[in-house]
Amino acid sequence: MAKSFHGMKINPKRFHRSQIKFYVILLPMALFMALPILFIVSHAFKPMNELFAYPPRFFVRVPTLQNFRNLIDLAAESGIPFSRYLFNSLLVTGVGVFLSILVTSLAAYGLSKLKFKGKKLLFEINTLALMFVPIAVMIPRYLTIARLGLIDTYAVLILPLIAIPVGLFLMKQFIDQTPNEVIEAAKIDGASEMQIFLKVIMPIIAPAIATVGILSFQLIWNDVVGPTLYIDQEEMKTLSFYFQTLAALVGTPAGGNPVAGQGMLAAASLIMFVPNILMFLFLQAKVMNTMAHSGIK
Amino acid sequence: MTRKMNSPWWFLTPYVLLFIVFIIVPVLMAIALSFTYFNTIENPEYIGLRNYIELMTRDDVFMQHVLPNTIRFAFIVGPVGYLMSFILAWVLAQIPHKSRTVFAIILYSPSMTAGIAMAVVWTVMFSGDQTGYINATLLNWGLISEPIQFLTSPQHLMNIMIVVSLWSSMGVGFLAMLAGILNIDQTLYEAAYMDGVKNRWQEIFYITIPSMKPQMLFGAVMAVVGTFTVGAIGVQLSGANPTPQYAGQLMVNHIEDFGFIRYLMGYASAVSVILLIMIYMISKMTFNLLGDKDKG
Repeated sequence: MAKSFHGMKINPKRFHRSQIKFYVILLPMALFMALPILFIVSHAFKPMNELFAYPPRFFVRVPTLQNFRNLIDLAAESGIPFSRYLFNSLLVTGVGVFLSILVTSLAAYGLSKLKFKGKKLLFEINTLALMFVPIAVMIPRYLTIARLGLIDTYAVLILPLIAIPVGLFLMKQFIDQTPNEVIEAAKIDGASEMQIFLKVIMPIIAPAIATVGILSFQLIWNDVVGPTLYIDQEEMKTLSFYFQTLAALVGTPAGGNPVAGQGMLAAASLIMFVPNILMFLFLQAKVMNTMAHSGIK
Repeated sequence: MTRKMNSPWWFLTPYVLLFIVFIIVPVLMAIALSFTYFNTIENPEYIGLRNYIELMTRDDVFMQHVLPNTIRFAFIVGPVGYLMSFILAWVLAQIPHKSRTVFAIILYSPSMTAGIAMAVVWTVMFSGDQTGYINATLLNWGLISEPIQFLTSPQHLMNIMIVVSLWSSMGVGFLAMLAGILNIDQTLYEAAYMDGVKNRWQEIFYITIPSMKPQMLFGAVMAVVGTFTVGAIGVQLSGANPTPQYAGQLMVNHIEDFGFIRYLMGYASAVSVILLIMIYMISKMTFNLLGDKDKG
């Protein structure tokens, strides 16, 4: 009986020979997933002669920062310093992530713990909106934004990306799990709902905050739709936009040497990717904790 | 200042406002515009169902390329990506915490790469001349005698799009399913084995999947949405909209083509509406499918 019992082996404490078969499945998959990313890292540091090399080599032999320097020089040539794009990206992402966390957790607390008319309906609409694909309605979205007079403002890079249905969904499911007793106790002490939210709930929901933070960071940091469609002034555009135009340029006659361009693009990809992966590395335990409550019931 | 804030509207107004302005209004507007002729210069003019009729009867590109491409792409990438997410999550749950974390991060990281990274890696990998990695390898092994034009040839572009999409499909849904499996109450398994469950397969179908159904549904929605969101990669890979001979043209590209290249906003909106309906129906179908399994 004990021998045929497998269930206990879910989430095992240590390595056992019987797990080898799982590693046999995982290793090739992990290799397939990781190779392109290793490639970007390696390609970004290749000097010109290695980018040109035939047959092409996967790993860099004499790493150089030339591609990053080219990236910065090219921006300066086009009139907008690289630092300006970087500043815009950091500003927009910083403010956006902060607002997204605030707005989403406020709404999640309301939907989870407060009583009001239409609460269930609101949550159902939000669950339906999980299926919302923003690029499907890029045209009416553009028209709405133009009508509101938001074109060419920093706000337009932030506001459309704050209300994320998935974020609210995850956050609300997470707050559902917090005990009502602490809230009741605070109420007896005379705290208002807002005070309870700020002093009692916010500290408990740190994992969900981390998760929404990561989601919104990815959304805003990687966004190219906003700066492409809603911003005309070059000095208000972000890194993601600059890199995107670069990608479109490489391979066309105006883009200069396509091989040199590839090195720059790899460097650009790396700059975009590193903040994302760092955030996830630091916060992954919190994200997993949130995901445990993520189901659609 | 926070002493008297008790009304639910202190909490909900900011989200609801943004939600209405940037999600509800655009969707309603897409529906309204889809019944008009609108070239962005003149006011929209009501033309009834003409956009839809034209789309179904006159738009050869849509009926012969865009729609079949989208269906093929969605029905491969969606289910395969979803199945892969579940299987990999399940396998990950069978190994110890430390190595699981490392593998989970590796599997999740492609979904964090932005569009530009996709374009650069995969265009270099599949580049049509001998400096492309795949071509160089195949030439080296003597499997082909001259380089294949992967990204500009209609017969390869779609397959490459599918591979690239699957590569980046282990996203939020995958994490949710992994967490779901790890959080299943261990005593459920013990009880099931007492009741006569004999092997891993029975264990998966009778215990694991039913116990994590909420995460399975969440993962399904994320898979559907993810599939339709990555639609732009055909254009990124081949470097052109429309893609060569429309081989990689998906509905999202068709919308962009008509909306922002030809400025036929009413017509593009009709395509948007069809796309939204498709996403909704596929999600509903998936829900029913998963729901039925539970009863049986």
